[in-house]
This record gives sequence, structure tokens and C-alpha cells, in this order.
Amino acid sequence: MIAFIPLYAFFRKIPVYESFVEGAKGGFSTAIGIIPHLVGMMVAISVFRASGAMDFLIGLAAPLVRWLHIPPEVLPLGILRPLTGTGSLAFTTDLIKTYGPDSMIGRIASTIQGSTDTTLYVLTVYFGAVGIRNGRYALKVGLFSDLVGFVAAIFVCLLLFG
Amino acid sequence: MVNKIWLGMLLIGFGFAAYKGDINLVTKAAFEGAETGVTVCFGLISVLVFWMGIMKLAEDSGLVAKISKLLGPVVRFLFPDVPKNDPAMGYILSNMSANLLGLGNAATPMGIRAMQELQRLNPDKTTASPAMCTLLALNTASITLIPTTLIAIRNTYHSANPAEIVGSTLLATAIATLAAVFADRWYRRRAPYPPVPPAGAANSPPPPTARSASAGWGEGT
Repeated sequence: MIAFIPLYAFFRKIPVYESFVEGAKGGFSTAIGIIPHLVGMMVAISVFRASGAMDFLIGLAAPLVRWLHIPPEVLPLGILRPLTGTGSLAFTTDLIKTYGPDSMIGRIASTIQGSTDTTLYVLTVYFGAVGIRNGRYALKVGLFSDLVGFVAAIFVCLLLFG
Repeated sequence: MVNKIWLGMLLIGFGFAAYKGDINLVTKAAFEGAETGVTVCFGLISVLVFWMGIMKLAEDSGLVAKISKLLGPVVRFLFPDVPKNDPAMGYILSNMSANLLGLGNAATPMGIRAMQELQRLNPDKTTASPAMCTLLALNTASITLIPTTLIAIRNTYHSANPAEIVGSTLLATAIATLAAVFADRWYRRRAPYPPVPPAGAANSPPPPTARSASAGWGEGT
């Protein structure tokens, strides 16, 4: 991929270097742009976790999800993911940092984060841009696919890496 | 919603720490969290800059357009009520291609353009048309080939194989997208909506912010 795309562009007579630099500029501003979001969410998660509140909540749900072979630590991610992209990214980062990227929890969190999107954000931005006030069944469909994606991510990981 | 969750997490954390009698814990955890946030963002810079440069090449060289062409039949199946040569089709296709390549930031502007074109075809300007709901369903599930940001974070924390989640992500996202498409079709059948007028019959496209009074069903034909 890394070799193919620039080569393809070169043969299509694109000024490869200039084009690359122009796109790359956006990467920097994107990374800088998410700093405030990530810091805000990381602070809340860190406080929540350090105080023991997280363990308490996970403890409540643990028997049920353990019965389904789901690591209870990823549960909050399922709730956070449709609500806030940067918030769930922060949570995923926290899980990867705590349990390691190659742990089952790390892999599941990575997959969940990568395979669904922030439904509420997409809904607000897309419908807001054209002035739609009645979204009809769109939210239900979005949340349903989030739920399916969440469950699918867990079981795909258990299957592939288990 | 996010506001309440954020504040809730802080307050509950504060309450738990107070209960344990260790309020200083909150301050310490807060600064640790802030530091992690900044560190992670800096770790992301290199990967994001690199991939967005590569993706710009894919766009300029016409690779994105090629994928759009491949997706054509799929999109015609998903959006039966959008006329074949309508500009909306083009934007829907580029939106889907950008999503496939994991170009989240490029996908959004194209998705918004597609929405604007669909709004032009929409007889009731305040209510979402079926095509709009389908576009949204596809975007919330967002098929992803390369989860760039996640690979970057895994790299930051020294994963032995940062890209090993590509396969699992692809599979999970495919299942989620299928579910979204089926749910969308199911609701679409259950909730009838007036047909889209043929292309050209609609008057000049309204500005994106236009909000005509709610005219109810059946307007526009």
C-alpha cells in the first residue's frame, strides 16, 4: 500500500511529493485539534478509574458478561462509543495503556474503536448541515448497528485471537 | 449528553475518593490523565501526517475515483430512489470510498455534500428522506479497511503487531454495516415516504441552511 499508492500516482503524472505534503499538513492539524478533547476525557476517565468508581461499576455487571465470555473492562466502551468519538478513543487508549495492546482487552478495544462510528456526532453533523429536524428512524438504525458492531467486535476477537 | 457524562464521571470519581478519604487522589489522577492525553496526541502526529499524505496521493491520482466506480452497482442497489446520473450519486460514492479507506476527515465533507444533494431531491425539507437515512446508516457503521488512528496508538504502546487488528476490524465492521443495511431496509418498508421527483423537476437547489415551513407529505410532485 505504502509503495503502491505513490507509484501509481507517479505514473499518473501527479507531483507526488507536493501532493503528499499538502495532504500531510492536514494530519498535523488533526492531531493537534484532538488534544483538548483527549485531555478533557482522559482527565475524567483517570479520576473515575483512580477513585475506584470504575471497578465498582464493572463489578456490578461482571457476573453477567463473564458468563458470556466478555471481558467486563470493555463494557463502558460500548456505551461511550456512539456518544463521543474522542471520549471513546481516550478510553480505548487507557485500556491499551493499562492492559497492553496485545492483550485480549487491548485487541477487543482496538477493534470496537475501529469498527463503529460516533453515531450521535454523525447524525448531528450530517442532518444539521441540511436543516433536517425529523431524522425518522435514522437514530434507531445507527444505534442498532453500533450494538451489533460492539458484539461482533468482541466475538470476532475471541474467535481470531482466542 | 456528553456534557452530562463528563461531569458525571468527574463528580462520581470525586465522591468515591471522598468516601475513601483520599481527595488528593483526584488531583493526582486528573494531572496524570491530562498528561496521557497530550502524550498520545503527540504520538499520533507522525502516523496521521504520513497517512493523510498518502491518502491525498490516492485522491489526486484518481484511485478514490476508481474505487467509486467499483462501488457503483452496490450504491445503486442501496439508493434505488436516487436518479442514476444525479450529482448526489457522485458524492455518495466518494463518501463511501473515503470511509472505506479510513479517511474519516475526508469522508465527512463529502457526506455533507451528498446530504445537500439529497436534500435537493427531498420533498419535505425538515424530514429525512429514506435515501438520507440510508446514507446515515452507512456512515454510522462506516466500513473501514485501515483503522489508522488505532494502529498508531497500538504502535505508541509497543504492540508486537500493531496492524493485527485490521482483519478483526474489517470483519466486525462488515457485520455492523450489514446489520445497518438490513435495519434500514426494514424501516424503509415500514415507513412509507412520497417518491422522489425526477431529476430536473426540482427547482434550483436551496441553500443548505434553507428551512421551508413543514409542508407535510406529498409536496414537490
